[in-house]
Amino acid sequence: MSDISGSLALAFALVAGGEERLAAIVLLSLKVSLGATLIACALGMPLGALLSVGRFPGRRALIVLFNGLMGLPPVVVGLLVYLLLSRAGPLGQFGLLFTPTAMVVAQTVLVTPIIAALTRQVIDDEWREYREQLRSLGASRPRAARTLLWNARFSLTTTALAGFGRAIAEVGAVMIVGGNIDGVTRVMTTTIALETSKGDLPLALALGVILIAVVLTINAGAYLVRQWAERRWG
Amino acid sequence: MGLTAEPWLRLEALGLTENGVRIVEDISLKVSRGRTLILGPNGAGKSTLLRLMHGLLRPSAGRVAWPMALTQAMVFQRPVMLRATALANIEYGLKLRGIPAEARRRRALAALARVGLPELASRQARRCSGGEQQRIALARAWALEPQVLFLDEPTASLDPHSSREVERIIREIAEAGTRIVMTTHNLGQARRLADEVIYLEEGRVLEQTAVDEFFRQPRTAAATAFIRDGR
Repeated sequence: MSDISGSLALAFALVAGGEERLAAIVLLSLKVSLGATLIACALGMPLGALLSVGRFPGRRALIVLFNGLMGLPPVVVGLLVYLLLSRAGPLGQFGLLFTPTAMVVAQTVLVTPIIAALTRQVIDDEWREYREQLRSLGASRPRAARTLLWNARFSLTTTALAGFGRAIAEVGAVMIVGGNIDGVTRVMTTTIALETSKGDLPLALALGVILIAVVLTINAGAYLVRQWAERRWG
Repeated sequence: MGLTAEPWLRLEALGLTENGVRIVEDISLKVSRGRTLILGPNGAGKSTLLRLMHGLLRPSAGRVAWPMALTQAMVFQRPVMLRATALANIEYGLKLRGIPAEARRRRALAALARVGLPELASRQARRCSGGEQQRIALARAWALEPQVLFLDEPTASLDPHSSREVERIIREIAEAGTRIVMTTHNLGQARRLADEVIYLEEGRVLEQTAVDEFFRQPRTAAATAFIRDGR
C-alpha cells in the first residue's frame, strides 16, 4: 500500500512540476489519438450512415463485418500496419514506420470500424423516424444519409468519444508501429507499459492519472455539450 | 370540379399483403375530385392506401396510375421535424428541389405566414408545440406548391383549437387549386372538407360517393353503421 501512496505522491509532484518530458508524452498521445479519431470520423460516419440508409448488395455482410471489427485486437492491427509500412511492405517506400504518422494510421484502422458501426446504430434510429418524411420530400438515399448525420450531430459526439476512448487507451498498436522511441513516438500508454516493466512506478502512475483525467475531462465536456444541445434543439 | 372532370389518379386492382396479412385488397377506383376524404374505422387500411397512392409503399398487386404527371407532397399524422429552425425545416424541401437560396427563403417565409406562424421562423422546430409543428409541416408541404397533397389524419393528435386551424389551412390549400386526398375517422371533418368520400373497411373500398349523398344515404350497411356510431 505504501508503495502505491508513495508513488501517487510522486506522480502528483511530477504533474504539478510540469516536467517537459511528461508534457511531450501527453501532447503526443493527444495529437495521435485525436488525429486518428478525426480521420476515423470523416471515414466512418458517412460509411455508417450509408450502411443504415443505403440499399446495395453486400450491405448486410458489411454491417456484420463492421460490428465484428469493433472488437479488433490492437496488437493485430499494429502487426498488420507494421507489415504494410515496413521496408519490405507495400507502403515501405514512404518510411513511415516508427513515426507518429504510423501510429495515427494504426489507430485510424482500429477506430474507424467502431465509429462506422456505432454511427449505423444512431442513424438506424433516425431513419426509422424520418424515413417516410424524407422520402416524401424527395430526398435520395445519399442525401438522406447526409441530412440525418447532421440531424444526429449531438448523438454522434458520443460516438466520436467512444472512438477516442478506444484510441487513447490502447497500447498494442502504437507500441508495434511506433516503437516507443523516447522523444519521438513515446505516448502515455507505451510509457506506462515500459516504466512499469522497468519498475519506475511514479512516472507510470503519473501518466496513468493524467490519462484518466484526460478521458474524464473530455467525456464530461461532451456530456455538457449534449445536455445543452438537447435543451436547445429538442 | 364537375362530374365530367378527368380522373387524375387511377388505382387498378391495388393490393398490399405484408407477412401474409392482406392490408389492402383489390382496390380499383378513379379520383377526379378536388377534395377526397378516405373514411373508415381504425385498421381499415386508410393510411396504407394513402402511402400506396403517394408511392411510399410498393403494392404487391395492381398499380397506381397517374394519367398526368402531378407534383405531390404529404403531411403525416405526427409531424417529423429536423433539428433545425422552423424556417430551415420548410426550406429543406425546397432545397431538395433545387430552388435557389433567395427564392427558398421567400417561399418558406410566405408559407409560414399563410399557416399563421410567421413569428416562429427562427424557433427550433422540435421545441414548438404539437399543433405548431403540424402547421409547420403543412407550411413545408405548401411551400412546395404541390398539385396533389396527401394528408394522413393530420388532426388526430391535436387539440380542438389546433384542429380547427389545420382544417382552415387545408381548405385554403385546396382553394388555391391543390388536389387533396386525406384520411380521417372524424365524420364532422369529412363533412366539412370533402367533395367526395371513399369508405374503407378491412382493406376494401365499400363505396366512393359524393359527400352529401354519403351522409344522407350511404349505399352500404357498413357505412350506415359507421355514420350512426360516429354521431
